[in-house]
Amino acid sequence: MNTPWKPAEQPEQFTFDAESEAEIVKVLKKYPEARKASAVMPILYIAQRQMGRETGSAWVPLVAMDEIAKRLDMAPIRVYEVASFYTMYNTRPIGRYHLQVCTTTSCWLRGSDAVVQACKKATGINNVGETSEDGLFTLTQVECLGACANAPILQVDDDFYEDMDGPSTEALIAALRTDERPAAGPVTNRCGSAPEGGRKTLLETPEAASENQ
Amino acid sequence: MVRVIVDGTPVDVAPGSSALQACEAAGKEIPRFCYHERLSVAGNCRMCLVQVVRAPKPVASCGFPVSEGMEILTDTEVVRRARRAVMEFLLINHPLDCPICDQGGECDLQDQAYGYGTGISRYQEDKRAVTDKNLGPLVKTVMTRCIQCTRCVRFSTEVAGTPELGMVSRGENAEITTYVEKALTSELSGNLIDICPVGALTAKPSAFHARSWEYKKTDSIDVMDAVGTNIQVQARGGEVMRIVPRVNDEVNEEWLSDKGRFSVDGLKRRRLDRPWVRVHGKLHPASWQDTFVSLARRLDGVTGDRIGAIAGDLCDAESLCALKDLMVALGSSNIDCRQDGAWYDTSAREGYLFNSDIVGLDDADALLLVGANPRHEAPVLNARIRKRFLHAGRGGFPIASIGGFPTDPTYDVTVLGEGPDALTGLLDGSSPFAETLKNAKRPMIILGHAALTRHDAEVVYKACRQLAEQVGVVNDGWNGFNVLHTAASRAGALDLGFLPGSHGLAATNMLRGGVDILWLLGADEFPIDKIGPDTFVIYQGHHGDAAAARADIILPGAAYTEKPGTYVNTAGRVQRSFRAVFPPGEAKEDWRILRAFSEVAGHTLPYDTLEALRARMAAVNPVFAHIGTVEKSPAGLARLSDGSPTNVPGDFGSGEFRPLIHDYYQTNPISRASPTMAECSRVYAPAHAVAAE
Repeated sequence: MNTPWKPAEQPEQFTFDAESEAEIVKVLKKYPEARKASAVMPILYIAQRQMGRETGSAWVPLVAMDEIAKRLDMAPIRVYEVASFYTMYNTRPIGRYHLQVCTTTSCWLRGSDAVVQACKKATGINNVGETSEDGLFTLTQVECLGACANAPILQVDDDFYEDMDGPSTEALIAALRTDERPAAGPVTNRCGSAPEGGRKTLLETPEAASENQ
Repeated sequence: MVRVIVDGTPVDVAPGSSALQACEAAGKEIPRFCYHERLSVAGNCRMCLVQVVRAPKPVASCGFPVSEGMEILTDTEVVRRARRAVMEFLLINHPLDCPICDQGGECDLQDQAYGYGTGISRYQEDKRAVTDKNLGPLVKTVMTRCIQCTRCVRFSTEVAGTPELGMVSRGENAEITTYVEKALTSELSGNLIDICPVGALTAKPSAFHARSWEYKKTDSIDVMDAVGTNIQVQARGGEVMRIVPRVNDEVNEEWLSDKGRFSVDGLKRRRLDRPWVRVHGKLHPASWQDTFVSLARRLDGVTGDRIGAIAGDLCDAESLCALKDLMVALGSSNIDCRQDGAWYDTSAREGYLFNSDIVGLDDADALLLVGANPRHEAPVLNARIRKRFLHAGRGGFPIASIGGFPTDPTYDVTVLGEGPDALTGLLDGSSPFAETLKNAKRPMIILGHAALTRHDAEVVYKACRQLAEQVGVVNDGWNGFNVLHTAASRAGALDLGFLPGSHGLAATNMLRGGVDILWLLGADEFPIDKIGPDTFVIYQGHHGDAAAARADIILPGAAYTEKPGTYVNTAGRVQRSFRAVFPPGEAKEDWRILRAFSEVAGHTLPYDTLEALRARMAAVNPVFAHIGTVEKSPAGLARLSDGSPTNVPGDFGSGEFRPLIHDYYQTNPISRASPTMAECSRVYAPAHAVAAE
């Protein structure tokens, strides 16, 4: 149990770029001036995405949190509290691709262990929570992503890859290595959470159904 | 009022009270860790569970509001089992290191585990361990002991106004930390030790020194500032081990400044423990009798007007009274308690006191600070200003200041100007804050010593009084004209009339060679080299500070923990302290030294018991007969303008108000002798000073 950041990793400075600034303006509009501290969560995420754009590692450094605290008139510790509470904010540098495997009950029953194994094998990561040596991948285990109908799920950054298994995971990682991002969604022959291979029920029109009765 | 039934007993409590408060009102003790009556309610320890009739499950009483006719059960099997379960959870990760824990014996968790703990643990897994944090030289952490009640987080955010502590991460990994390692910057950080219910935050300087049950506890008054904080001096053997605050809602609530708490180790160092006499330019130890005789010989033939006395900041009223009487007996009217050269209107008591009293801050609705930095000059009072500021809500308690702050005052302040010129704008109404003060029902002006020790102090003082007059600072039952003292002895000395007589010399003139013999009663806070080379200096005090080195005769006195004393705080509250330990070596209580010398000098003072001396003090000023209270003038709140001119006389001097206290941690002989305070001053040195190194 240690402080979740290391001094050596921290950049010296952080300034929001034009894209982030535009987003911040939009976010701040949602809250009254006196309650602008409420904007801390979206702005933390804006900072994290900017870091992803700029350095290829989407995380929130201390200097960014201090900057956010200053903008929102909060004590810096209040921002640290929020950022460290939510697991979707990374307070340490991560790989370019953040592989988040759901291992909660539904996914686990549908074979998430194979997905984790495949991730480890394809990236060379030994333990969950680590970053691969080439700095491309960070593997984390997450709780239910709320897409149980398409279990198991592998979330890469913001995208859900669904109905994964070992080989499809390895294929996905191989694609990511070539800087290619396959389309998100089920990797099997499935549309959204509809049954594999097309519809299985309600095949007839309502009229035909009533005629058959 | 709302009627609630607690275990069958009906009690009436104010609407909006919590079930816990109702239970307390009914005399039921509710165990708790996170709830603290002076902090916001967090409700995260779950120890205060009670049963509310018709509620489906036990409720946390600290955050459960009462309603009419609510029936609360505090001692049923359901409640007991629920609390036992909570205790079991709390103890899962709490280490079993009570034998080596400084909190042992005064630990809430330990005490309550006696009532609700099971004898055995069912927990087989590894306990959690948390890395310790470095919070600076005062607060030691053993974070594995933390039960995450968040009292420290709420204290530093709400009371101290320095939001630096927080709870980061979540669940099993949650921990209390500053995140970025840094020393806490509050002057009230010692109170974290008191509010921590377990041994996670303990005192660093006194770590592993003593057990709470070994102390002899003596009630006393803090002298590090003029607030008159009620303290308890805890001693073991002949040594003061630690100082903790006592609860007094009218003065300090239950807080104590760091200087008052941690200067204790200064009481053992650099002490004057025997009389010294300078012979041929060198100080030699001497007996009391020889010292008195040689001093009497030196005084022999010197006329009264060539003798003077200056009183220091830490003196008790008893020694001040005795010294004044001795000086009068010697025919001198050169006495002064204002070693900093401050100017007050001393014609009435209201002229130099914090007239609204400290509790008055709870009612004030606008505040003007003139040359005052309460955060350093009176940290506990500053917490009271902050409390009012938070309680009044946004814009409810406008605060303006003349003179900037070197540190964050912990509340929003509009700085109107850096020097007394800014008063002009308030007087002629051109400054918008004049209107704010005028519209306020209970406006307040706090006049600090940064303004009162300037060469134009009299003009500034009178301008403030005129402003007070103009904006109605004194109105029915309210007197918001407040002088903030920094010296614990000052108000008492002014009450005793420890001021130059009609032909007497003030402190500055005495130093300038106005006297041949100068008696310094613990006076160290002025440039010692200003004393003329031919002046014969008697230093009576407890620490070998600057003045003792210059002295020709040293009379070793007692520090505030070593003598029963009377102190008047800045609000005029007369309070008494008791002796916790005896003075070291041959040192004596100061008034006894003066009484003994008066006999040798042939002017025996007419009292030889403490009671007789206190009767004499009450004869000098009747306020000394009323202990623990603030005596208002018989005529109520005197109109401040009575007998003093209302037109601003003279011009303001140029230049800004300079901060009075450059280093909060070292402002008097005791704190300068304290290694802990020296360490604090090193750690908390202003950034520019560090950069210069």
